Amino acid sequence: MISGHLILDCASKRENAVKLSGEMRASKKIAGLVGAAMLLQAGTALSADLVISNWAGYMAPDIAETFKAATGLTIEVVNHATNEEIMGKLMASQGKGFDVVFVSSPFAHILNGQGLVEPLSDATVPNLANLYPEARKLAYDPGNTYAVPYAWGTTGLCYRSDLVKGTPDSWASLLAPTDDLKGKVTMLATDRWLMGAGLLYKGFSVNEKDPAKIEEAKTALIAAKKTLLAYDDTTFYSKLVSAEASLVQAWDGWCNYGIAENDKIKFVVPKEGSDLWIDTMVIMKNSEKKEAALKFVNYILEAKNHAWAASNIFYKVPNKPAMESLDPALIAQYPNMGMTPAELVGYEELQDLGEAQRDYSKAVSEIKAAN
Amino acid sequence: MSSQTARSNLMALPAIAWLGLFMIVPCLIVFAYAFLTRGLYGGVEYTLTSENFARVFDPLYAKIFLTSVRIAGLATLFAILIAYPAAYAICLAPKRMQPILLFFAVLPFWSNYLIRTYAWIVLLNREGLINNLLRWLGYDGEPLSLLYSEGAVIVGLVYNYLPFVILAIYSSLSRLNGDLIEASRDLGAGRVRTFLRVTLPLTMPGVAAGGVFIFVLSIGNFVTPALLGGGRFQMIGNLVYDQFLTANDWPFGAALGMVLIAVMIGLLLLQARASARFSGETAEAKHG
Repeated sequence: MISGHLILDCASKRENAVKLSGEMRASKKIAGLVGAAMLLQAGTALSADLVISNWAGYMAPDIAETFKAATGLTIEVVNHATNEEIMGKLMASQGKGFDVVFVSSPFAHILNGQGLVEPLSDATVPNLANLYPEARKLAYDPGNTYAVPYAWGTTGLCYRSDLVKGTPDSWASLLAPTDDLKGKVTMLATDRWLMGAGLLYKGFSVNEKDPAKIEEAKTALIAAKKTLLAYDDTTFYSKLVSAEASLVQAWDGWCNYGIAENDKIKFVVPKEGSDLWIDTMVIMKNSEKKEAALKFVNYILEAKNHAWAASNIFYKVPNKPAMESLDPALIAQYPNMGMTPAELVGYEELQDLGEAQRDYSKAVSEIKAAN
Repeated sequence: MSSQTARSNLMALPAIAWLGLFMIVPCLIVFAYAFLTRGLYGGVEYTLTSENFARVFDPLYAKIFLTSVRIAGLATLFAILIAYPAAYAICLAPKRMQPILLFFAVLPFWSNYLIRTYAWIVLLNREGLINNLLRWLGYDGEPLSLLYSEGAVIVGLVYNYLPFVILAIYSSLSRLNGDLIEASRDLGAGRVRTFLRVTLPLTMPGVAAGGVFIFVLSIGNFVTPALLGGGRFQMIGNLVYDQFLTANDWPFGAALGMVLIAVMIGLLLLQARASARFSGETAEAKHG
């Protein structure tokens, strides 16, 4: 975790409001750089009523105090750097030692398949009623029977409107850039999104499992490497701010961190479409504090609490009253915060790949090893 | 005598326990994992296989291995070329200055590795200090693309590990018997010849120790290629990292790790043997 903070703290000079979010994302996707060593870190505290594992900075920093004031229950928050890290722990312990865990939807789906998560219902989590109707029928869990969506968004192109001519509204703008953009574009390094750019460019699904199509996307991505500045998961928006890059593949929320520093930065979802990612909360079946865990999930779903993520780290949350409570000035400054749930669910939900994950990993290794 | 041996054994116990618990046991676990089957969602399934080791020799991964060897090899070469003159200069300085100079050589090491690596991003990027300096000096072409190249990765590795190499070579140089150099000069050898025939061969153990050190640290490095190489250069360390953190393929990551450890141990053994034989030879030379 420390590494993640260092990476970001010196990588960019963001204002304080944005800083937290950056740290959170750094932790989320890369902190792993050194965090690999922390795979075995034990995450239990016997003294607290609830043990919650989340990405660093993904909840209000004073969540423990406010939750205690509201319910009298104490919580212990532990952090994981990646989905894979917490999955490793949960698989090993069968979920024991954790009560509420934040994971992305494909992983929630796996945990449910393994019988590790507790069923939910409107009776036990009344605030589920705050969710947008679209967020109540997501393909991985229609009716929110085991996972509660916490934040959602998509992936697109983040660019300097003063350095890019027109609107780069196609994945081709990234993979086959015009001459003035050659060497000034970056792509995400994590396999799902890197492969996603190639698959969408070729007109395939972001969940494609056909080896021939994966191969085609790989070939396109190897060709695109020649015009690429770097693969970057953590500092791409700083590269836009410094004009080192003009166009980057970016998560919507992260593009906002660039916009915060330079209002010439804009976000667009390419016309071929994109992915829909959803981060969720699940309650572990082996939790001995299920009642308290349900209270916590319900507490987060209160509009005021859920709005924290939107107004502080600029992530869209699937909570109607929470989104409606946002300051219109925030949405004016960060237009992608105003994306409607209907628009979002028009993109393709990322699903677990199962065995095909191996083909993706291998393709990414080949892309990165290519000259 | 025997009570002394017993006492020294006792005193080594904490170190042995430490190595056993935190090095040997984990290595054995990694070794065992390398023969198991990948669990679909991380972890392993307890089915024996040798497939993971077979995959290490797949041309793709072999190529990544070779890239790592090349990058680590070049970093080693440049580090020695820089460190040797530096260590030599420190040795030539007055005795009381030497610890101070060594202190300055090692000083950067006291700051965090990531900060030092990020500093290079600040220096090398297209809008960075070097390009701005060039512009200020009147250069008005396209900014130079210094970052995200193999060169940048090598620069980062050399910079970060140079103090080790300087220290290793310095310790060899400072133990060099000055009489030998004097003898060589008295017998008519010039400066260059003395250096090439006396100083250099006698300090080879230091060069080898420093060289093996930086090579071993570089070949397994994954932070520098990710940051300074912009992820465009896959080294074996990145591959291992990916197996655990994104590919959910712990057994393959373990197999790669074992091969890497084997290479490292092999090199360290070679170096230890070479330097043992060398000190044997010099001891003989002294007696002879």
